[in-house]
Amino acid sequence: MEQPIKLRVSQIEKSFPGVKALDKIDFSVKKGTVHALCGENGAGKSTLMKIINGIYQPDAGQIFIDEKPVQIQNPIQAKQLGISMIFQEMNYVPEMSVEENLFLGNLPVNRFGKVDWKTVRAKTLALLEEEGLPYSPEQKLKELTISDIQMLEIIKAISYKSDIIIMDEPTSAITQKEVDKLFEKIEVLKSRGVSIIYISHKLDEVFRIADEITVLRDGTVVASHPKEELDIEKVISMMVGRKLTNTYPKETLPIGQTILEVKNLQSPGVFHNISFRVRQGEIVGFAGLMGAGRTEVMRGLYGLDPVSGGEVYIKGKKVAIKSVKDSIQNGMIMLSEDRRRYGIVPMRSVKENATLASLKKIFYRGRLHVKVEKTIVEDLFSKMQVKTPSLETPIQSLSGGNQQKVLLARWMMLDPDILILDEPTRGIDVGAKYEIYKLMTQFATQGKAIIMVSSELPELIGMCDRIYVMCQGTITGELERKDFSQEAIMRFAVGAMEEKKYEAARA
Amino acid sequence: MKQLGLKWQQFRKKYNIYLVLIVLFLICSVINPNFLSITNLSNISRQLAVTTILAFGATILIIGGMLDLSAGSVLALSGVLSVSCYKSTESLLLSFLVGVAVGIFCNLINAVMVASFHTPPFIATLAMLTMARGAALLYTKGQNILQLGNYVVFGQGSIFGIPTPIIFLVLILIITWYTLRHTRFGRSMYAIGGNEETAIASGISVKKMKYIAYAINGAFVGLSGVLFMSRVNAGLPNGAVNYEFQALTAAIIGGTSFSGGIGTASGTLAGAFIVGFLDNIMNLAGVDSYVQQIVRGAIIALAVIYDIGIKNHWKPLSKVSKAAS
Repeated sequence: MEQPIKLRVSQIEKSFPGVKALDKIDFSVKKGTVHALCGENGAGKSTLMKIINGIYQPDAGQIFIDEKPVQIQNPIQAKQLGISMIFQEMNYVPEMSVEENLFLGNLPVNRFGKVDWKTVRAKTLALLEEEGLPYSPEQKLKELTISDIQMLEIIKAISYKSDIIIMDEPTSAITQKEVDKLFEKIEVLKSRGVSIIYISHKLDEVFRIADEITVLRDGTVVASHPKEELDIEKVISMMVGRKLTNTYPKETLPIGQTILEVKNLQSPGVFHNISFRVRQGEIVGFAGLMGAGRTEVMRGLYGLDPVSGGEVYIKGKKVAIKSVKDSIQNGMIMLSEDRRRYGIVPMRSVKENATLASLKKIFYRGRLHVKVEKTIVEDLFSKMQVKTPSLETPIQSLSGGNQQKVLLARWMMLDPDILILDEPTRGIDVGAKYEIYKLMTQFATQGKAIIMVSSELPELIGMCDRIYVMCQGTITGELERKDFSQEAIMRFAVGAMEEKKYEAARA
Repeated sequence: MKQLGLKWQQFRKKYNIYLVLIVLFLICSVINPNFLSITNLSNISRQLAVTTILAFGATILIIGGMLDLSAGSVLALSGVLSVSCYKSTESLLLSFLVGVAVGIFCNLINAVMVASFHTPPFIATLAMLTMARGAALLYTKGQNILQLGNYVVFGQGSIFGIPTPIIFLVLILIITWYTLRHTRFGRSMYAIGGNEETAIASGISVKKMKYIAYAINGAFVGLSGVLFMSRVNAGLPNGAVNYEFQALTAAIIGGTSFSGGIGTASGTLAGAFIVGFLDNIMNLAGVDSYVQQIVRGAIIALAVIYDIGIKNHWKPLSKVSKAAS
């Protein structure tokens, strides 16, 4: 029996500065079905969901509920229209109790504005009992585990009696048993006529629960089919199927000695069994989906976060890296993926930002050598083609690409042997990306060893000599340049090949 | 056209405070002829010396994203201990050093709380505020120490006709300017206050730098204690209450950003003198002292609103330069 369409979006467009996030999206969900949304990081899934939930406004296009056009200005309106969303990053107040969190923003009040705690308690107890959850309504959320909290979030969304529930990676933090419970719950909701939009990287789960699957790529819908017409392989190839339109200034260079070798690096609950090596003149990629643990490994290696075990060898010598200083002294630097948080000092000048890691070079014999500082910075800026109105301009007023180049200059001033570049091209425009690639090639030519963490497969394939793929905190695959393909990487990244490992990928 | 407006904006952002100071100076000179007299100006400077030296310490801390609310209390404690040392030893040098050392000691405790135990500076130094005042009162049993004899040279003496507090003030100005502008420590302060996580990721020893910052502030506070007690010719355990707020006022009016990463020694000096001139001219004009407080408060509010306004003006600017690149 064909179900009527509950929610439909038509020709939705949304742009952010420099990026077209969504381009003419058509998407619809039938009543009482689960519609899964798949796509790589940055394909536009979250943006689309935020538009449906009223967090973003589309630049163009129309949303229909029960085939009637609606305007969704904010999440409160979305709620009134029967839409609720479970976020990937959970929203809760750790210091508040279970019942307070369940009714946050929705507390029943009497006509004097006093909260009706009796009703809150009664409803909470009813909900907890219905779901068979063993907590007391008074327990503070900070005392619960992440998976408990995730379950509460799900209950909360359900408790709004919504007709449409959006679940963004609902299983990223819960155990297998809870996943089973969640799926039972979803079946019950379906039978009540609730429509569910289910976003997940875990394709096996998607195929278990979904009725229909839509694949997004680069802000457009690639395909939308009933589950029966698809399989995991097909979905993977649709997720990554874009052509390599960018050209990469990759040069085949002689690969030298191993400079960095990592053995069994681990941090409980974050990553484990991380072993890899990087050689002179080599660009080694780290691929994986969001949450695979790539950034965490790099931060641990670089001395920003503590690690619980493992050995690091630089140029054959065992080194103990407990802080960033140790890293820098051993010739290893890291460009962070979060430029705003770990990269720039926003209100200070580009010059000061550039020399921040090499203060010793400009402050010596008791004073600042203004001219030396100026010369060093000007020299590097012209080599790296940093465009800035002046050296005194606050770095926050430069474009993302130029900020990134200033930060690269900061690190190149130290003449490092090992460069960890975490998402070096994130949030910068195409032209600047190309310049960053060129710089990377140049550094490799100088015999430096480069680690490139990226969520964009084409750039990894374009730039790297070797790629390690991570999934759920460990390395699940290693590929040589001749074996690179988006499909192979993606298979490791979704953990679909965990058992078969390398051999199968090469076969 | 846009470029010109941009340059004017940058110029104003950079030099506004000094323009205000000059204009205020001129207005004061015109409305009251007594203002320009050597005696009056030298009086202003003597009075301002103590809080301005405190303000320099506050400036360094605020640039680094920290704070010291304990300055007034620690000033009193180091002052009475210094005075008491002089009373028993009659040694000017020793008592001076004791004053400075007590200031440093108290601020190293602040640093332990802030840098090692990650207590918010507001709370850590609030605790120190209470403890230091208590210690000063305990040590003196709440009694003022009177008749300091030669000790008064620090606050009341002069060298080549220049009052000693002013000499100290200039010395501390130079130290602060040099520290912020010409040392690795100074550059690190701007980075830590501007974005502490970036500073860590760039290999700066954030903890060590915070200790140094509090130690420098402590030395300034201890010195202020000596100057203060010497100027009033008494060891006052209840003296200098709320001086930390006068120091903060000078720093803020002088353009030090409370969110960290921005501020200069000269700006703070200008801020201190703007407050000093205003107080002085209101005194000369016979303005009620309660009214003076209201005016001073209003000026802080205006200065901060203006500061935030300027910052928001920077947003369109960023668009301009992005388009240009």
